[in-house]
Amino acid sequence: MSRSTGRSRNAAAASSVFLASILALTACSAPGGGTTDDQATADGDTVAADGDWTCGTDDVTLDAYIETGFPLSAALFDEFEAQYPNVTFDVREDQFAVITQNAPRVLADDPPDLMRLPQVSDLAADGLLYNLDEAATALGWDEWPASQLQQMRVDDEGRRGDGPLYAQGLNYSMTGVFYNKELAAQIGMTEAPATLAELDGFMQAAKDAGITPSTQFNGGATGGLAFPLQALMASYGDVSAINDWTFQQPGSTIDTESNVEAAAHLQKWIEAGYFAEDINSLDYSMMMGRFIDGESLFIFNGDWESGNLDTQMPGNVGFFLMPPLEEGGTVGAMSAPLTYGISAKAENPECAAFFLDWIATNDEARTIAVEIGGSHPMGPSDAFMPEVDADSVTAQTLAAGATIAEDNGSMEFIANATGAIYATSWTPNLQRLVAGEIDAAALLASVQADYESEIGS
Amino acid sequence: MATSRTTGTSGVREAVGITPHSHEARRRALRARRLRRGWVALGLVVPAAVAYALFVLQPLALTIQYSFYEWNGVTESTWVGLENYSRLLSDSRMLGSIGNALQLIIYFSFVPVILGLLAAAVIRKFATSRLALVSRTVLFLPQVIPLVAAGIMWTWLLATDGLINEVMRALGLGGLTRAWLGDTNTALPAVGVIGAWVALGLCLILLLAGMSKIDPALYEAARIDGAGAVREFFSITLPGVRQEVGVAVTVTVISALAAFDIVYISTQGGPANSTMVPGLEIYYLGFFSREVGQASALAVVFMALVLAVVLPIQRFTREDAR
Repeated sequence: MSRSTGRSRNAAAASSVFLASILALTACSAPGGGTTDDQATADGDTVAADGDWTCGTDDVTLDAYIETGFPLSAALFDEFEAQYPNVTFDVREDQFAVITQNAPRVLADDPPDLMRLPQVSDLAADGLLYNLDEAATALGWDEWPASQLQQMRVDDEGRRGDGPLYAQGLNYSMTGVFYNKELAAQIGMTEAPATLAELDGFMQAAKDAGITPSTQFNGGATGGLAFPLQALMASYGDVSAINDWTFQQPGSTIDTESNVEAAAHLQKWIEAGYFAEDINSLDYSMMMGRFIDGESLFIFNGDWESGNLDTQMPGNVGFFLMPPLEEGGTVGAMSAPLTYGISAKAENPECAAFFLDWIATNDEARTIAVEIGGSHPMGPSDAFMPEVDADSVTAQTLAAGATIAEDNGSMEFIANATGAIYATSWTPNLQRLVAGEIDAAALLASVQADYESEIGS
Repeated sequence: MATSRTTGTSGVREAVGITPHSHEARRRALRARRLRRGWVALGLVVPAAVAYALFVLQPLALTIQYSFYEWNGVTESTWVGLENYSRLLSDSRMLGSIGNALQLIIYFSFVPVILGLLAAAVIRKFATSRLALVSRTVLFLPQVIPLVAAGIMWTWLLATDGLINEVMRALGLGGLTRAWLGDTNTALPAVGVIGAWVALGLCLILLLAGMSKIDPALYEAARIDGAGAVREFFSITLPGVRQEVGVAVTVTVISALAAFDIVYISTQGGPANSTMVPGLEIYYLGFFSREVGQASALAVVFMALVLAVVLPIQRFTREDAR
């Protein structure tokens, strides 16, 4: 017995020495720092080496880190390689959630020339992204409608909407309401609702007919009710106030009177049973599967699915923007570029910027953006647009995009206000709203409190 | 004891006529052999020790270090002392996740250990038959299925139109059906059921092995004394596998507290954080909120909690074994 005690004492002493030496090794300096590029200036800005915004004639390999499951990028890479044979893409793909969580470390340690990014404010503020201002001037992006690039501008306080440009879009997407035309005909819905009250009526008619009005997703860490909620916010109030909030403008709040009314409208839909019974366990792919199988009249989703729905349900899908409170009122929609950035340490930033410019200005690339991406290409207002089948849902989403532009109703997604607000605040609170644990007012108060705590930290 | 052995040895030495000189040479040879053995042992231990230091102790020490900083994982960090720890105590979400982990112990540990004991006691009775082999295989199967696959499979089974609800409807229990993983009241128990299903195989095999060591004469004696199956179980089987129960409880309690994969796949902590566990919370804090310091503080507290729960179990079973 005394022997075993002695042995354990020795072992404990050895472990202590071991741990102490490791602690001594690790505790000599504070973590972090020293990861920004040599080219970076004090505020994280980078400058092009020689301002030649092309891919040149020598062989170039562009490292791209992109989202898996979206055929648009691959199609654009193939076309670009065909037009510029000296360029080869070295592509790594991951799920969007993986890219989102890995973004800072990948940009710092394994710098890609092109990377699909979540919202860019934190990354730009940390000096991890290439400043594209010179490219914008050299390639003429300054002449595009300013609203296209606004969401990718970040000032030195880390607020979006203004400041240097840190990313570019493959195209810009927009959300609204898709509906199944066959099911709509069954309840006498022959055209899109003109007011919110009409939409309410169609939801009720579907429920009465035994059709699930909406199989919107709201499970896991992705609260899909944020889609209809934000659209309702635009119907009830002013989109610029919502943009101020997502762009982290000082003093902005999501907990406004009109937003509470919008959330109360959503709560009314939940209580009326307009969403699938298992909404809190539905993920995005389940929602799409059920809609394509004809199990739901509406889904609140974005035009990135237009091409897919035209293929899966040809001629059977319609699209409309969330209707206003009163007929003829202004409309709004979440609209954001499919954002790609360049690492501040990228090897070929100029070629990467040239590729991003080519997507917006080359006729073939714009055709791919519309036909495969299902969304409106970036670029000048008078740029080439491919012919689209008038009966397709893609044609309807493109037309809706024009309406949003006219009404100046474009909003950044409220889920992108901060890096964690979607997973840790919007989602659990929207799930609580479904579970009847909170009401509309408490939902917005809680999100606002989380937002302030994150911005403050 | 050591003294008597020395006396004995010197007696033998005198008897066989070993001289003091040769005694010295022998002692030197012994010491040299012991030294050689020591070097060999050290050579064998060092690679493992280096790997352990690099991949276990260093990350552990770094986690402890990071917990005293506010750091986003990339830029300069700021020393905040114990602030991350004090925030832990006031954050209902983080405390809630610890509460959920403690609740999961019931499903991941108690349920499979109890079911494993009952199943093993039954299988033991027909141990040599083919049925026993089939039962063991069927019950052990969940243990070899990757947790991610188990999570996906159970997500389908527990869906509103999944097999569980279909069976309930067929049995006339349609009124009770629900989205088990999508309801704030049932999501945590539903995740628990998945964990119990996975852990049952390990517990069963462990306990069956323990039961096979019990002397059959004990059962015969008990039967002669008129003991029934229940009496047999409580008087012979259960005391006989106490050590195995200890191992099973330790392993499953750790898996309950450290649950990540099953929860991530089936609910991602939702709905409304009802299945949020510390492992997932650390992941969200570290990778989504980019609060590496806060995530590290939770990890340190969580590690202490695991030790606080597991060490008494270890001690209890060790003392019992004696």
